[in-house]
Amino acid sequence: MIVFALYIAIFVASWLLVKLLVHRALNDFTARKTVTFGDESAVRPSRIASVVSILTIFLLWGAFTGSTWVPKFLHAPGPFVGDASFTYTAEADGVEPDEATVTVRVFPVGEETEDPEVDPGDGWAKNDSASVGAWRSGLVRVDQNDEHGRDEGHRVVAVNGQPIAPGGEVMTDYGRVGMSPKGTLNFEPAKGWQMEPIWLPAPEAVLARLVEISRDGYRDSTLWEHLGWSLFRVIAGFFFGALIGIPLGYAMGLSDWFRGWFDPIVEFMRPVPPLALIPLVIIWAGIGETGKIILLFLAALWIMAIAARSGVSGVKISKVHAAYSLGASKVQILRHVIIPNSLPDIFTGARVAMGVCWGTVVAAELVAAEKGAGMMIMVASKFQLTDIVIMGIILIGVIGFGIDMLMRLAERKLVPWKGRG
Amino acid sequence: MSGLSIQNLSMRFDLPNGSSVQALKDVSLDLAEGELLSVLGPSGCGKTTLLNIVAGFLAPTEGKIILNGHEVRGPAAERGMVFQQGALFEWMNVRDNVSFGPRMAGKRERDYGANVDHLLEVVGLRDFKEKAVYELSGGMQQRVALARCLANDPDVILMDEPLGALDALTREKMQSLVLKLWKETGKTIILITHSVEEALLLGERLLVMAPRPGRIHREYRLPFADLGAGQDLRAVKKHPDFASTREEILGMIWDMEEEIMGRSETAGAAS
Repeated sequence: MIVFALYIAIFVASWLLVKLLVHRALNDFTARKTVTFGDESAVRPSRIASVVSILTIFLLWGAFTGSTWVPKFLHAPGPFVGDASFTYTAEADGVEPDEATVTVRVFPVGEETEDPEVDPGDGWAKNDSASVGAWRSGLVRVDQNDEHGRDEGHRVVAVNGQPIAPGGEVMTDYGRVGMSPKGTLNFEPAKGWQMEPIWLPAPEAVLARLVEISRDGYRDSTLWEHLGWSLFRVIAGFFFGALIGIPLGYAMGLSDWFRGWFDPIVEFMRPVPPLALIPLVIIWAGIGETGKIILLFLAALWIMAIAARSGVSGVKISKVHAAYSLGASKVQILRHVIIPNSLPDIFTGARVAMGVCWGTVVAAELVAAEKGAGMMIMVASKFQLTDIVIMGIILIGVIGFGIDMLMRLAERKLVPWKGRG
Repeated sequence: MSGLSIQNLSMRFDLPNGSSVQALKDVSLDLAEGELLSVLGPSGCGKTTLLNIVAGFLAPTEGKIILNGHEVRGPAAERGMVFQQGALFEWMNVRDNVSFGPRMAGKRERDYGANVDHLLEVVGLRDFKEKAVYELSGGMQQRVALARCLANDPDVILMDEPLGALDALTREKMQSLVLKLWKETGKTIILITHSVEEALLLGERLLVMAPRPGRIHREYRLPFADLGAGQDLRAVKKHPDFASTREEILGMIWDMEEEIMGRSETAGAAS
């Protein structure tokens, strides 16, 4: 909730700030183009907003994980670390109630620590010491070193002077002191607002993991092998999908028999999410490479077939007529008119297919694989290695984005006439 | 025998709902080699259908077309077509578009190259050879289409409102170009247009067609194309006969349109 409110606050504040500082001079004709219903092209993304947006994500991430990349004063309050203390009042049979102090050393998880040394103090209830990891909680058996133990009716009746009963709790400056149903105190140091690394590691921890895994590998394979296998599966599956799908689409666009025969199959298979095929493919082809490539082949096949089909049917009849009246034969029209005319549609299909394949391969690797980006994050999640999971997600996103960018680049280079017919 | 002969052509389209439309009824026409015929008529008079049949894209229900002594069956290189727009191949540059016909016929660059370059020069696109066609303006694109058609050296050129999508100024320039090309090449040309002025300026012969069923309503022989070739078209428009013929034809087409409107109104009231 706090994070969301902060996010909106940064959004609004940076917007106002940028409008005030940068766009104040902008009072010309384009300033009137703010209301542009139905004219999307008139709204261009603000580069400043994109940069601020990304910075904000890292800032919030860093602030709520206590990252060293974010200046200290921007950090959200962290968990309490240090020596905490509270007093308790104990009663026992046949003696006056007595008071003693508990000193608890709260240490960052993962560091070596020792219980603090304390003076036992006077009275029959002795001072205690304990240690608890930050974000954790620990039982403190205060009766253990007292002169009158539980066999003599030892019971704690108050903490810091406030009465407490089994099941109750008292809030102290350092955190919460609870009491178990059996009467044992349980100290839970204040957690602050930051996320624990096992839920959300700091960005530098993720980067450190990336460096470590790209150097040492993970699960007997280097990082590049994991990503490379995922990419290889995508490219192989897409390649075979295009190899069969494009000619199939052409046949469907050119022949009524092919169209009638394959239309029901293609139209049925197209809305089936490839993920739904994973179980069947595993039953038929196992969890090895064959199964995955078959799955990706199926993911790409229908998309490519439909793209090629619409590319062929989309050819303007005047172009075909023009070619005929210039003396071209049917084969020449296919080669010089219909195929080039369908290329933009095929490229659009290829972009969609690559995106779907990339999503499908990660999902398939989540289910079962020995190597691959999806397998890496799946295995890491089982060991609560959140930093590897986040690193994997970022890498998967970056590669997916990179694939799309490459496809767009290829499209601009290879079919510059797209949309300009 | 040379020339184009259209003999008793009828065309009926069957509609999905069982009825049919008589697009052309008993159209006959003889065109000598080198004649320029412009065809004019209200929408629905079957002028585009007529052109598509001559081009070979449609088979007529009745009648036939004889070109240079043989019957037309399907499209062929002897009958080139210039479309209103959008028929260029945008994956080829200007020169490859123009040389498409010769290349498809299996000719070599050294055989067609000089002619293609000459045609590009004639239509004023010498400096745009390597440009992509989608980078050109509408008028320039139609110049490419004209050159592409001529590069194939057809016997008959069929033009389906080739200047219809152009602005008035470009259109005038292109009209001069069409006349110039006609005079220089001596091709037989059938030009369909919905502009009375254009039909008068370019047509050596002028056909006015009437709708429902599509048929020849009236035929003219006009002097303006010969007058206009090689001189200012605006001077031709000042010719006294020009204005009177234009008014006559406009009135004729106007009456046809009125009749169609009246008929559909009666039909609307009856239903």
